[in-house]
Formats: sequence, structure tokens, C-alpha cells
Amino acid sequence: MATYDLTVNGRAVKVTGESDTPLLWAVREQLGLTGTKYGCGAGLCGACTVHVDGVAVRSCQTSAASAAGKKVTTIEGLGANGLHALQKAWIAEETAQCGYCQSGQIMKAAELLARTPKPNREQIVEHMDGNLCRCGSYPRIVRAIERASREG
Amino acid sequence: MAHVTIDTNVSRRGFIAGSAGLSFAFAFGLDASTKSSAQAAANTINAYVRIAADGTVTIVSPALEMGQGVNTSLPLIIAEELDADWSKVKVVSAPVADVYNHPILRTQMVVASLTLRGYWMPARIAGAQARQVLIDAAAARWNVGAGELTTEPGVVVHKASNRRLSYGEIAASAKAPEKLPEIKPDQLKPVASFRLIGKDVQRIDIVEKSTGAAQYAIDATAPGMVYGTLARAPVRASGPVSFNEDELKKMPGISGVFKFDHGVGIAGDSIVNVFNARRALKAQWRESPGSKTNSDAAQRVAQEKLRGKDVKGVMPPNSKPEGAMEGLAKAAKIVTGEYATDYVYHAQMEPHNCLAWVKPDGVEIWTGTQWATMARDQAAKVAGVEPGKVTLHQMQMGGGYGRRAFVEYVVDAVMLSKAAGKPVKMIQSREDDLANARMRPMTAQKIDAGLDADGNIIAWRHLIASDTVVPYLYGDGRWQAQKGFDHIVMAGADVGFYNIPAAVSEHIYEERGARTAAWRGIGAGHNNFAIEAMIDELAQQAGKNPVEYRIALLKDPRAKRVIERVAQMAEFGRKREGTALGIAFGKLGLPPIGFSMTGTVAEISLDRATGVIKCHNLWCAADVGLPVQPKNLVAQIEGSLIFALGSALKERVTLTNGAVDQHNFNDYQILKLSETPQIHVEVIRSGDIPLPVGELSIAGTIPAVANAFHALTGRRLRNAPFTPDRVKGSLA
Repeated sequence: MATYDLTVNGRAVKVTGESDTPLLWAVREQLGLTGTKYGCGAGLCGACTVHVDGVAVRSCQTSAASAAGKKVTTIEGLGANGLHALQKAWIAEETAQCGYCQSGQIMKAAELLARTPKPNREQIVEHMDGNLCRCGSYPRIVRAIERASREG
Repeated sequence: MAHVTIDTNVSRRGFIAGSAGLSFAFAFGLDASTKSSAQAAANTINAYVRIAADGTVTIVSPALEMGQGVNTSLPLIIAEELDADWSKVKVVSAPVADVYNHPILRTQMVVASLTLRGYWMPARIAGAQARQVLIDAAAARWNVGAGELTTEPGVVVHKASNRRLSYGEIAASAKAPEKLPEIKPDQLKPVASFRLIGKDVQRIDIVEKSTGAAQYAIDATAPGMVYGTLARAPVRASGPVSFNEDELKKMPGISGVFKFDHGVGIAGDSIVNVFNARRALKAQWRESPGSKTNSDAAQRVAQEKLRGKDVKGVMPPNSKPEGAMEGLAKAAKIVTGEYATDYVYHAQMEPHNCLAWVKPDGVEIWTGTQWATMARDQAAKVAGVEPGKVTLHQMQMGGGYGRRAFVEYVVDAVMLSKAAGKPVKMIQSREDDLANARMRPMTAQKIDAGLDADGNIIAWRHLIASDTVVPYLYGDGRWQAQKGFDHIVMAGADVGFYNIPAAVSEHIYEERGARTAAWRGIGAGHNNFAIEAMIDELAQQAGKNPVEYRIALLKDPRAKRVIERVAQMAEFGRKREGTALGIAFGKLGLPPIGFSMTGTVAEISLDRATGVIKCHNLWCAADVGLPVQPKNLVAQIEGSLIFALGSALKERVTLTNGAVDQHNFNDYQILKLSETPQIHVEVIRSGDIPLPVGELSIAGTIPAVANAFHALTGRRLRNAPFTPDRVKGSLA
């Protein structure tokens, strides 16, 4: 058991665990940031997507230890000054149904817009593919990203 | 703060409300203190509406939210009749109590897309009666006739004297009437004056679901809580004979290992440690009736059985098979179609979980369930307390689709908490969630259509060889009461909208000991595939265009219209390069409550080398009766089309020795964004009652794809999902 120093949503925090403790469970169960979701535990669904130094990662496949000293951003920290443009767009398009996958979807989309502010449809599909949504909100995910890109 | 508490109570003061014939009553209580009001609401009075002095209208929603939007759309109906100011409405989830039972299902349950349809009249009457009470109270205060008063959102108005009282002002000082005003259906708001229904308000959960703040059961905590999981036996009705208990107990962070009849429970200080121990579990499981089931072999047995001469199945109540059998006997020609569908898994994104806390005097549970009454009663049974001693916190469900009508994960959590002596958050890993899949049954189907000399259909016999669902979900009592008719398996098997003079459907039981459930779309997901593929074959044999053939054969004008409309939307007659279109009719409902309907068109292409079908477009014209929340309704239709397309192209559970062969989303793949077609939905309003929507558009998708494949290749796909192997097989 070890303790790791992380910066999560701009805050210096300590989490404990074995060297392979997933970042997912550290942020959810130790830091109480439950917007990041457990879906598959195997990097197959994207519900646990967070940013580590601005890169979208599957937090179930990322150890807390490997994030030590890095900047971790979860859905709770995405909109530093109120809602992020993507969150506003997600609300405007009423994208969520059950909502469980949507934190991961938004975090994945945020990486896209940070790199490519004006993505075309193909770029959106390519970037977002593999973040699963069982409710079938995909058409609205695409529309929300297009809206955020437009209204930024 | 004073509260006006308005309730609907089935048992207390009965009056018959509305044409649905639902017994429904209404009580009204006015409490001097918040405390007594809250107690009353939780126990005996069962409020739907509370109005606080500050004007806040609290609507208690008996619906259970799993993404379908009912926690907005059902309170909206109450608010409409109450003439509430929606911006002042607060929605809270109802506790488990008989008063909140679904009026048709008679239990607190959200299934079959029946929530709005079932609560429609009771919700309107609850709102209207609350409004009348406020009007009467204002009339008494102003000493004018109630008939002189009207309402504007949140305000009672006396136009003659230009006086106004807000609902909050009235609630602050009103006295409860001795006898409640009775609301007759003709006193309800005319549908044409609705200002909330049909106009789209923002879903109440949309902000929290876009910020990560929404609370699901997996997010719940309790003081002193530990984590747990329960490894259920891989096969239904099996359990552990022995397992490596000592080894697991020594693993880091593990505080308890428990042998239950049906599985192995593990408790520990973190979910990481619990899952590590779960992965280290080595158990021997006892034999059970399903232990020898191999799904591929079982399917071949079922298909062969349907080809037998004397095969007979269980028919829906009031079936008249004689006409169909006579018609087939005298038919000039019989066209036979064989179809099959595999087991499919719900794959809700939130794996099953529940936080349970067994205390000396009761049980507290945090979970997401489609059947709150059953969750409460099962928790009580396991804990050995009265149901009244169970507090159920209904959380957002991370998907349901029929799966969370089962409550076995609540039972598992309560067992773990009882054994551990602590609150336990029980989480199933995705692998265990899939290993414990309660699947849509596997079906083999055969349709015989008898034609007269002119090619008219005179008889229809649809055989469905499948597992059962009802005894597993509802128990033997209900199974006996239904005389062996499995309404879940057989849903959607009727062809009553077609002009077919004699038809019968029969369920041939295939008891394979598999875990089964209703899956989004219920039986229509598999049965309508066979029906609409068969109709397509009959059109082809008759040399008719599939759109015109259906329009001629459908009796119901609404049914004709959805087909006509979707054909227009898709420009069905336009020839495409490299792609082809297929069409299907679909429906959802029951004769006494009405049917919603769809016309669905799929446009597909095929990579002949790989056998991969690509769906480019799905068009859907949906007749939904009265759309309550149109934007959300379209989302449900889009979602169901995508959900069903997964089961058309990819989704498949297989069993070896009774156990699920698939493990996670690597080998049970659901539809991805890149596989999602362009979707075009048109909603048709056809009446003043909301008809089933949430799973409506499942029914037409598989047959539309299969029929498009025939249009493209001249070959029929008969076994869903249409995997590359099967596609290549059909082309060989």
C-alpha cells in the first residue's frame, strides 16, 4: 500500500492503494468524484474516461500511481468557470437518456475540441467511436459536439 | 411551512375515473406541520401533490427513471391539470406504497412502455382535483362562487374583481375540505388547451446528467460501508458445492467470504480488493437443469421440432385455431418461412449493484429498480422483517430495458449486509453482469401462410419454439393463473392489423434452464422479425411491391398511414446504387389500451468479401397517439432503432454447458457510433391518449434490415443476428 500525490481538478490530493489501483476507483471511492463511471473495467466502453494532462484516458486502465504528479481532470472539473461549452450543448440537445455513459462521452469530446475546435462529422465519429451508449444517444452526441463547436 | 397534501388512494374512497375503468380515489389532507405531513406522505396518505407556502409545487412521481424521461413526463401531466407554474415544480420520487401502484400492473413497476398510458387518467385527475381544491379555498376566502374563478399558472384568478391568489398563498392558510370535490372526465382540461403537454419542457434530469452530478445506486454511500460482490453460479438454479474459501479469506482487504445457496459472497474494504478476490474464486458448482444446455444444439432441436407433423403449442387466451387449421387444410398453396433469433443481453451500462444496510429494526436499500414493490418485498423477506420496515431509495438507473424488473441484485446485497453485519455496497463486475445475463429468449419460428387460388392469405399459423420468461420473472402462481400463456415471449405475435381471416400463434416451450427476461421491445423483437419477413416473402411471391402489398393487406388506417409515410420519407421507389431498402410494420400495445405503430425502412449495403452489412439510414414513422414530450419521444425512438439494430447485426449470447460464453464488451458487442446510421423520425399524432413509446421502434428494425438484404441480394436472412458468417452462408 502506498500513497500517491495527484492533482485532481486543480486540487492537490492524496490517494492510497497498491501500485495497480485503477485511477477510476481512486477518484470515485476515495475522492467521492462519482461522475466518472464504472462500465466494464476493461477499457472497452469509455464510461470512465478522464483527462490526464489533457489526454483522454480510460481510468479503469490507468493506475493511480501512473497519474502521480500529473493533472487529472474529471467531469466535475471540466467546467472550471461554470458549464463547459460541451455541457451546455449536451443540455440543449437533451443528449442524455439514462445518462450513465455521458460523463465519459463529454470528457472524450472535450479532448477532441481542445485539439480540433471545428471537427467535421467524420472526425467526430472517428474520435468518439468506442465510447459506448446503450440508450442509443449517438445521434445527439454528434449533434451536441457540432453545437459546442459552433457555439463554443 | 404548511403543506397542502393531496393524495390518490385506491382503497379508501373509491370512484371510477375515466374510460379506462380504473378504480381510483382521492384523499386530501392538510397538515399543520411539515413533520406530520412528511410522515403522512411516507406512510398512510400517499401524496402526489404538495404545495408549500412559497409556491413550490412538489409532485411525487411514482414512475421509475431509467432514461426514458418519465420523471419529467408523468409529473408534467399532473402539472398540466393542476395548472402549475412548471418553473416552481419540484419532482421527488415516490416511496414504495400501494397508492403509487401502476394502475394497470397493480404494482409499482415500470415495464412495457406503459407508464404514461397507465397513469394518464389518474395523473390528470390528481392534478385537476388539486386545482379544484385550491379554487374552492379561494372562493371561500373571497366569498364568491367557485364557478367565477379560473386559474393561470400557479394563480387562482377572480376576473370580476381583478383579484389573484397564488397557490402558495392559498396553501399557507387553507383548510382541508371535509369532502373532496369529485372530478369527472368532462371536467378535465380540453386537450386543445394543454400548455405543457406536447410542448417540450426540459427533462428534469438533463443538467445533472450532463455534469456528472446525477446519482446512481453505484454512487451511494453509507457510514461504515464496506464493498461486496456476489458471484452467482454460472447456471440458473445452481450453486457452489465447494470453493477456495480459505485462500480468498487471506487475500488483502477481504473481511468476509460467504457461501450462499446460489453463489459466493465476498466483502472487503475496497472494490478493487473485492474484485481481485472474485477473480481468484475457484468453485465447483452443482448440477442444475440447465447445466447441459448448449445453445447451438438446443436451437437445432427446436428447429427440427417445428418441422414435425404433430407439433402443438400454447396459444393466447381466446384463440380460435380451428379456422387457421381448416384454412391451411384447404389452401391452394402453403408458403412456409423459418426464422430464428439468438439470446441477447441487456447490456445496461451500469452493472447491477445495490447498497444495502440491514439494521436491527429494518433495512435500508439504495438501488435502481424497475420493480420497486418487488425489491422492497424481497429485501424484507431476506432480512426477515415486514415490508414496512424497508426504506428503498430509488436511484437513477444506468439503463434498464427490462433487465431491472428482476431484483436479484437487491437480494444479493441484503444477504451480504446481513452476513457482514454492515452496510454493503454490492457491485457486480461487468463480467459477472454478463455471466448472469437474463436474456431475451432464443427462438426458432415457423410460419405457414395458406393462400387461396387467387393468392389471398386465408390462414396463418405462427409457431414459436422458445424458453419461457413468465414463470422465472413472476413465479409459479402467476404462471398457473395465466394457464401457461407466456405474454412476454408471445408479445407482438398477433397479426390482427392485417387482413388475414384466420390466424393463430403458438408457443412451444423449450425449457433449457436458461435465465430469461423481457428485453426492450418484449416478444415483438423476435416475433415481428418473423412476421414482417414472411409478409415480405408473400409480397415477393405475389409479385407485388412490399409497400403496396402491405398497404393493401393492412386493415387499420393508422397502420396504412405509417407505412405510406415512411415509404415517402425514404423515397422507397427510388433506385439506389449499391444499397437497397427494406420495410416493415411494427406495433406495441394491447387490445384494451391501444397500440402505437411504426413503419420502418432500412437502407443497407453489403461487403461481400467480409459479409459485413452496413446500415446507412433508418427511417421511422411513428404513430404514438398523443405525444407528451415530443423531443424526448424522438430520442426514445432513435435509441430503440439503434438498440434493435445491434440485435439485427451483432448481438448474440451463446451457452456452453449452460454458462454464458461471452465475457465483456469485447465479445458481446453493442452498436458503436461508427455503425450508427443516419436516423430520420417522424412522429404522427393520432389521438388524445399517450400510447406506448419507449420500446416501440424495436419491432420493425430487424425485419427491415432482413428485407433490405433480400432486395439487395435476392437471398433471405433467417437467423438474427445477421453476423458475417451467416451473411456469407446465405450468399453461398
